[in-house]
Amino acid sequence: MRNLLRWETALVFLLIVVALTGQVSTDGSFLSGGNLFYLGLDIGEIALIALPLTLVIVAGEIDLSVASVLGLSSALIGWLWNAGWPLETILPTVIVVGALCGAFNGLLVTRLGLPSLAVTIGTLALYRGLALVVLGDTAVADFPASYTSFGTAPVPGTDIPYPIVLAVILAILFGIALHASSFGRSVYAIGANEEGARFSGIRVKRIKLILFVLAGAVAAIAGIVYTFRFSSARADNGVGLELAVVAAVLLGGVSIFGGRGSLFGVLAGVLLLGGLRNLLILQDTSTEVLTIVTGLLLLVSVLAPSLTQRVATLRKAHS
Amino acid sequence: MTAATAVATRRTAARRLSTRVGRVRELGIVVALALVIIPTAIVNPRFVQAQSLRDLLLNASIVALLAVGQTLVVVTRNVDLSVGSVLGLSAFLTAQWFADHPGTPLLAGIGFGVAVGLACGLLNGLLVALGNVPSLVVTLGTLYVFRGIDYALAEGRQVNAANLPDALLDLGSSRVLGIPILVLITVVVIAAAALYLHSYRSGRELYAIGSNPEAATLAGIPVAKRTLATFVLSGLIAGLAGALWVARYGTVDAAAGTGLELQVVAAVVVGGVAIFGGSGTVAGAALGALLLGTITSCLVVLQIPAFWQQAIAGALLISAITVDRLLALRLAKALRTTEGTSHA
Repeated sequence: MRNLLRWETALVFLLIVVALTGQVSTDGSFLSGGNLFYLGLDIGEIALIALPLTLVIVAGEIDLSVASVLGLSSALIGWLWNAGWPLETILPTVIVVGALCGAFNGLLVTRLGLPSLAVTIGTLALYRGLALVVLGDTAVADFPASYTSFGTAPVPGTDIPYPIVLAVILAILFGIALHASSFGRSVYAIGANEEGARFSGIRVKRIKLILFVLAGAVAAIAGIVYTFRFSSARADNGVGLELAVVAAVLLGGVSIFGGRGSLFGVLAGVLLLGGLRNLLILQDTSTEVLTIVTGLLLLVSVLAPSLTQRVATLRKAHS
Repeated sequence: MTAATAVATRRTAARRLSTRVGRVRELGIVVALALVIIPTAIVNPRFVQAQSLRDLLLNASIVALLAVGQTLVVVTRNVDLSVGSVLGLSAFLTAQWFADHPGTPLLAGIGFGVAVGLACGLLNGLLVALGNVPSLVVTLGTLYVFRGIDYALAEGRQVNAANLPDALLDLGSSRVLGIPILVLITVVVIAAAALYLHSYRSGRELYAIGSNPEAATLAGIPVAKRTLATFVLSGLIAGLAGALWVARYGTVDAAAGTGLELQVVAAVVVGGVAIFGGSGTVAGAALGALLLGTITSCLVVLQIPAFWQQAIAGALLISAITVDRLLALRLAKALRTTEGTSHA
């Protein structure tokens, strides 16, 4: 627990370093409203998907199919729009489809006892495949501006993009669910010791199923955001995003074995990756540096607790 | 008498079932391959001509190679997500080396690619075995690091076939006794790995580690050393695959092999290697790679839009693990009944 707290402190410290470096090196434009608006747009989908994925990973499972659900949701929006459906009907429909995708993952994991890593690698291909079947390699782009402005314009009178407003609302809800409810305590208990949780009367299967359904539904919402941000519904939207989201969650200090981590750390992780990316782009540094930094941060985030533990044991042995 | 006979019959039944479950995977994939190939051949007889069969094997060989290395890692209850990036890095560096040093002997150049892979694998292995951190996270991290280094070194350039020695390009296209050399190399690697896993003490120990790491440690198996070795081997094979990628495609940029890791893991799982370690064979994994590759080719021949390929591959993976699970449950039940009666 102390290690975890330290990692979150380290993340906040790194965030401040990035913000200050950015502010100094760009003569104050890094923290300007305009730049923060673009930063917000840039991390919107990752921030959204990271919320339910944190709960899934804390419960000791993983969902690699989220980016494919995003793509499927985007493809469905395009397909249904072409078929003449009104957007008021399309949007709830794709969220329901996303929830169903999550339910399918969850049922395979909980009813058949299959490992979620294998299941969601399978559905990663399956859902992306369905997206391609639905929309092929075409793009649908003729959405009304009243909707696409949701993904491209700030809330009137501020520099806050709508997706961030959505992410903040969901973050509060997920934060309460994980950190201030018996549901959240059960999620931690399942991740720390699944058998122990079952014997203490926690409905392990039901809770895991709910988490997968949430991951699917929120991934579909991220698909809506993505579609309107680029004003383009495509089957290959968000390819490979799953690893970026998993990296952000793990960077936030969530243990891949479950049972440990906090939503605060994850949001700090998302902000840190987004801020670094933004800073590197502002400085015209090539994005490959960002790729390397992402990887290194990820390695440090898992090595740091393990190393501090070793140092502590060594010290104990000496004294 | 009746009780004894009943026990004996149940025992043989359970044993029969367990051997069947063991064999059913490779057989299952062969049956699936037949189910895919035969209808395609009926629709278009040219599909089973030597040339298209050669292409089939050739297309599957690089994923099959990576699947062999991945099997060694997965059997020990680990995973190596960095293989696609290692392949990319090795492919670009090998191509660049050949382009910069035109006189390089073929084997030396390929050895260079293998060495690049080995170095990457060593880093993964050291982090996992000594840092004592989960391989999923480590190799996800190095997936980014290796790919980033690849892009940084390439600086947007690409190496074209014109700058590569003919000997290397010949390797990618020439044949021995009608079989492409790349396929032969893949078969040799599969055979060597299969022999190692099946007949060598340290190979058997990999299964023991995957079945129960604590028990393996208590039994005196050097878990950290073996784990390190599997990552080194996986990296080495990915390095070789990178060099062969250059030979096969001729044109290489920093993006080679992007996203290949999930295809490889899919092939391994379809091939019957348990994702949580302890069981599976390299032959199964290679057949898994061949099956996934064959489906892609068949869709092209059957003129089904290529869009279906991914959905089918995903559905196949899910059915494969579901069938595995159901068989395992049945086996456990059969074994339990046997045990119960023999105690009575």
